[in-house]
Amino acid sequence: MYRFADRLAPWLAGLCVLCLVAGLYLGLVVAPADYEQGDSYRIIYIHVPAAWMSMFVYVVMATSSAVFLIWRLKIADMVALASAPIGAAFTAVALLTGSFWGKPMWGTWWIWDARLTSELLLLFLYLGYLALRGALETPQSASKAAAILAIVGVVNIPIIHFSVEWWNTLHQPATITKFDKPSMHISMLRPLLLMVLAFQLLYFHNLMVRVRALILQRENRASWVAELAEKNHV
Amino acid sequence: MTPKRKQRLMMVCLMLCGVGVAVAFGVNAFKQNIMLFHSPSDVAAGAVKPGQPFRVGGMVIDGSVKRSSEDLAVTFELTDHAKNIPVSFTGILPDLFREGQGIVAMGAIDEEGTFIASEVLAKHDENYMPPEVAEALEKAGKMPGTRANFDSKTVQP
Repeated sequence: MYRFADRLAPWLAGLCVLCLVAGLYLGLVVAPADYEQGDSYRIIYIHVPAAWMSMFVYVVMATSSAVFLIWRLKIADMVALASAPIGAAFTAVALLTGSFWGKPMWGTWWIWDARLTSELLLLFLYLGYLALRGALETPQSASKAAAILAIVGVVNIPIIHFSVEWWNTLHQPATITKFDKPSMHISMLRPLLLMVLAFQLLYFHNLMVRVRALILQRENRASWVAELAEKNHV
Repeated sequence: MTPKRKQRLMMVCLMLCGVGVAVAFGVNAFKQNIMLFHSPSDVAAGAVKPGQPFRVGGMVIDGSVKRSSEDLAVTFELTDHAKNIPVSFTGILPDLFREGQGIVAMGAIDEEGTFIASEVLAKHDENYMPPEVAEALEKAGKMPGTRANFDSKTVQP
């Protein structure tokens, strides 16, 4: 597992940088301005991928927590732990960029709208997960308690997704949906999808690096870790 | 799968179902509080008393915007395609405010049924396209509507 993460990480990093550069260039330079919002809509190229990833990472975290609870796989627990700070960062970016977008377009930085509130709740779930892990003394009980919190919190994900359809909100409905044709011109859509891919790769790269570190930490008494340290003159 | 694991799997599923049902009940009970704004139909049905602060949301009716020549006062009418409500506001409107645009206003209705707004926010839709495309669609009369129709989610008192 350690070797798998070790080998995969640089490839993911390279691909991520490639998509990021292409997506940003196409999105910020090539894509046309919007008919209504002008150039300020371009923050969508950060906002939407970050918001999408904030939910995706949580689903990964909750799934691996469930796997850990049922099968007691240590690696699943590590994936969940490694994902939490990344997910929290994506959520914070989504909230901040949303705020920067809301001020010029809607006329307010923040409103207690169902979409915004449930996304803020997601940030607190990530932070709560990390705090809970830090608060309990023994690693075993911390893993178990945090896994339960992660699974319980997953009910927030459909709420975030459907909030704009179930309730009256200031936030607009989704632009890209599975069933409808996306309500975005193709020249603007392509860079957006590239950016989503780039953020996806960014997450997986980060995950690999973090899981690698967690494995080393947990196995710090194993002989192969000692050999590795020897080889790298640590 | 060993019986022990099966049991744990059942526990996780049960936990998810339990929490899901609890949250669904909770969210349903607070429906009125989660709704960000009332529609003009709600207001017409008497959902709010005069003087009670609330938010109203709807489309600005074409041709209804009247600006004062002396100050920043502006009056317009909001619709949810069923009922209309007159709104008056003094202050700076967001850039996206225009006729045919969705907006959300904070304020209260007076005795005559006019909504006195203290804050007006613009609600933009989920469609993005270059200006040339928008122009062409407009000419062809094929401008996409928003799925955020203001009439489907009314809250009756």
